[in-house]
Amino acid sequence: MSFNLLVLSCLLYVALLFVLAAWAEGRASMGGTRILRAPLIYPLSLSIYCTAWTFYGAVGYAARSGLEFVTIYLGPTLVFIGWWVILRKLVRIGRVHRVTSIADLISSRFGKSNLLGVTVTLIAVTASTPYIALQLQSVTQSFAVFASDTPQGWALPNGGATAAWVAGGLALFTILFGTRNLASNEQHHGIVTAIAFEAAVKLAALLAVGIFVVWGLGGGPSAVADKIAGLDLASWRPDASRWTALIFVSAAAIITLPRMFHVMVVENIDSAHLARASWAFPAYLFLMSLFILPIAVVGMERLPAANPDMLVLTLPLSEGQGALAMLAFLGGFSSATSMVIVETIALATMISNHIIMPAWLRLRPKAAMRSDLRAWVLRARRLSIVAVLGLGLEYFRLSGGSSNLAAMGLIAFVGMAQVLPAVLGGIFWRGATGVGAMLGMVAGIAVWAGLLFLPSFGAAIDPTGMGKDLFGPSWTWPASFFGTAGMDPLVHAIFWSMLANVTLFILGSLLTFPGPVERVQGAAFVNVFDQDIAADRLGWVQGQAEPEALLAMAQRIIGEDAAISLFEEAARAQGKGGFLPDLTSDFLSMLERRMAGSVGAATAHAMISQLFGRAMVTVEDLMAVANETVQILEYSTRLESQQAEVTRTARALREANEKLTAISVQKDAFLGQISHELRTPMTSIRAFSEILTEGDLPAEKVVEFGAVIHAEALRLTRLLDDLLDLSVLENGSVQLNIGTANLGALIDRALAAASQTRPERSFDIQRSAAQEEIYLRTDEGRLVQVFINLISNARKYCDAQNPVLRIAVRQKGAKVLVDFIDNGAGIPKDQQGIIFEKFARLSDTATVGGAGLGLAICREVMANLGGTISYLPGQKGAAFRVSVPLRIGRAP
Amino acid sequence: MAGHILLIEDEPNIAEAIRFLLGRDGWQVTVLATGQGAIEQIAVLRPHLVILDLMLPVCSGLQILTDIRAAAATKDLPVLMLTAKGQERDREAAVAAGVSAFMTKPFDNSEMRAAVRALMGAA
Repeated sequence: MSFNLLVLSCLLYVALLFVLAAWAEGRASMGGTRILRAPLIYPLSLSIYCTAWTFYGAVGYAARSGLEFVTIYLGPTLVFIGWWVILRKLVRIGRVHRVTSIADLISSRFGKSNLLGVTVTLIAVTASTPYIALQLQSVTQSFAVFASDTPQGWALPNGGATAAWVAGGLALFTILFGTRNLASNEQHHGIVTAIAFEAAVKLAALLAVGIFVVWGLGGGPSAVADKIAGLDLASWRPDASRWTALIFVSAAAIITLPRMFHVMVVENIDSAHLARASWAFPAYLFLMSLFILPIAVVGMERLPAANPDMLVLTLPLSEGQGALAMLAFLGGFSSATSMVIVETIALATMISNHIIMPAWLRLRPKAAMRSDLRAWVLRARRLSIVAVLGLGLEYFRLSGGSSNLAAMGLIAFVGMAQVLPAVLGGIFWRGATGVGAMLGMVAGIAVWAGLLFLPSFGAAIDPTGMGKDLFGPSWTWPASFFGTAGMDPLVHAIFWSMLANVTLFILGSLLTFPGPVERVQGAAFVNVFDQDIAADRLGWVQGQAEPEALLAMAQRIIGEDAAISLFEEAARAQGKGGFLPDLTSDFLSMLERRMAGSVGAATAHAMISQLFGRAMVTVEDLMAVANETVQILEYSTRLESQQAEVTRTARALREANEKLTAISVQKDAFLGQISHELRTPMTSIRAFSEILTEGDLPAEKVVEFGAVIHAEALRLTRLLDDLLDLSVLENGSVQLNIGTANLGALIDRALAAASQTRPERSFDIQRSAAQEEIYLRTDEGRLVQVFINLISNARKYCDAQNPVLRIAVRQKGAKVLVDFIDNGAGIPKDQQGIIFEKFARLSDTATVGGAGLGLAICREVMANLGGTISYLPGQKGAAFRVSVPLRIGRAP
Repeated sequence: MAGHILLIEDEPNIAEAIRFLLGRDGWQVTVLATGQGAIEQIAVLRPHLVILDLMLPVCSGLQILTDIRAAAATKDLPVLMLTAKGQERDREAAVAAGVSAFMTKPFDNSEMRAAVRALMGAA
């Protein structure tokens, strides 16, 4: 088989994956999730647990350590069979809180702490880098195997270059399908479909090789069984402590490995799929492990000098089975690529959500509120993908291609297992605190780094013979600590790291008190199945943020259409129209969770709190959390708000009713007054005219009664004029006659007109001609009307012996103040407030004629002229101040 | 027969019309322009009939009526109430306070004379 054909097959295979992913992505974007709902997609996508390490390395493992490789399958099998205990809860939490990664889970659980998010991210990146390197190495090695076998004798381009090409291709694929959009919950339909397909390919490849080896080379199952019995493998005895440790570590891995968490929790679209996966995934693992031992036995028998890690490939090749070898190669290639793609997406999500975005938010908070965050997040994701793959490639070069695949996989497993106590504690123990989680993880990872990770940079690690290179010169781990000298080095590392981790986690949690948000999140996570728990909602209380600002921000994070429909729906749910719902804590929590799906819980929380002026948690919340009366508080808050609503409505109704009643009373009073004012002169007129028509009266009586009738008729006319005038003025439909007039001349006119007012008596008028030299732009007729009224009132009501009326003029800014002050008794304080009301003729003043509409008319006239009229108290006599603008503004 | 009528009316022209009208029929009419001191005047003058305007300065006609009915000496004194407001509520209030007759301004001269005659006859 030529190198070109191999490369061509690879490219065709990759192209097929591209088409498949694009097709699924297209279907999904049209709303079809049917592919993803196909029964086997979810369990198949879970098979990224089986990487190149299990595809190639399991045979090598079996060749070296016999049945021990089974532990790597037993751990996950146990976890899945017992899925009801842990996985069900994890998936539920992931869906409810829109968890985007395992770092997000821990950060979110422990008070949306970003420090924890960063820590888990760093652990994940550190632990996964060798693992990714391992995949690159396996692809490079498989290329090399083909190269050495080829009859044309083509030389393999150097391993580093091959790895770089593979890494580049994977980066491209991951960026294309992993960062197409910012789905609200980080689901990638195209990628899931592609890896499910790859899962099928690798299973088919391994089964095909196995069948070929057993029936084609080994002479049937019984012959192979005899061979196994004949080898010294048969005398091998399982080491109980190693088995326990390995099963534990692989069980931890299925939960904590970033890629496993991603496909299992983040990409899960239906909880029912988990139930099916609980038997389908162990079945897949069983099939994957079925032929491992036969291949190892037959392979070692036929090719004793070959690298046992490559037997799956070298066995068919050496037998001249080119097509089978090709299939095996594609199986291994599938294992490696699917793992790298998903791992990279998971890590990139963590890095961008917990490191890049928070840093950016902190450095440029203003910009974060303004610019298009979606583009930014996607850019951060892509950058992270390239960085993760670059790190893997660099590790591959630095480590020089460790010859033992399984050892590198185990190192990664133990590293990620350090996250397990925090995860399990977080979802099952409300007392777990962020401080405890932090201490535990840091301690565990430190032990791991010293015992496993750092030594891996040196010589190859043999899982069965670890220890010689384990403790570097600078590392003085007490190997005989507590009498553990005889312990297997790997078990040693697992034991000590987990012991340190769990101890510090528990101690730290017991000794610290969780913060309010942490407390609330703890309740929400641990009690995730109690639907009604409203813990998360407590995080937000009515704040100062505007709905518009939130909508603008949400648009930039979850997309314009999604945000608008989200807001619209929320507004409708609240019984409002439009797109701006009330910022209830329910709504904010929901929005935060939606945003968390795109940028992570801690970042989403930080962004909303930025809009809320960092008023994250109130004293009320603290108290509520401390008392753990979450539901009660929620319920009473709802009651309270309902009660407040009812009270508000009742008050509004009462006010409206009072207003109506007041208006009605006013109307009745006004009608009564008008009736009285009209009927009074009519009574005199009617009575006297009846007397006159009877005749038989002395002449002087006729004259006297005639005069009364005349006077009362005039009074009636005046009253009607006043009423009409007032009505016009009040309606604002008055026609003003604006012109320029001299104030002194206007006062002259008013005095002349008022001089006929009865009772006619001598009245001393005090004026200052100089003050009155002011030109006004106003309706002079109307202004004179007001002056006449005031002067007549003074004449009528001033009760002084020698009545004096002082008219004082003063200019003040753009206004002219004209005061009319007499020397009478003035108006009592309690009546000063009502004199400008209609029919307010003061009841104890002797009747002097007029219906009490004069001052009401004056007030309306002045309002129409853009001025005011008011009573000036404390002037000894009755004093009125008219304030009139120098120039009337726009006609009112 | 000579009868004494106390007229409490603040409108001088109306008071003059009623005084002229009833004086011509032979009644002796005393006019009070305000409600102030009305009860004391009634005690002094001991009129046979009180004609009372509802809207009076200082003290309302309704209050004076209540006071008249409250005193033992005057509790049966005929009272003719006049009002210019013409609202049904006022009539009801006056009836409730024990008014003998009620007329709305402007009134018909002959009706006024007939009412006074009837009330004086009853007294």
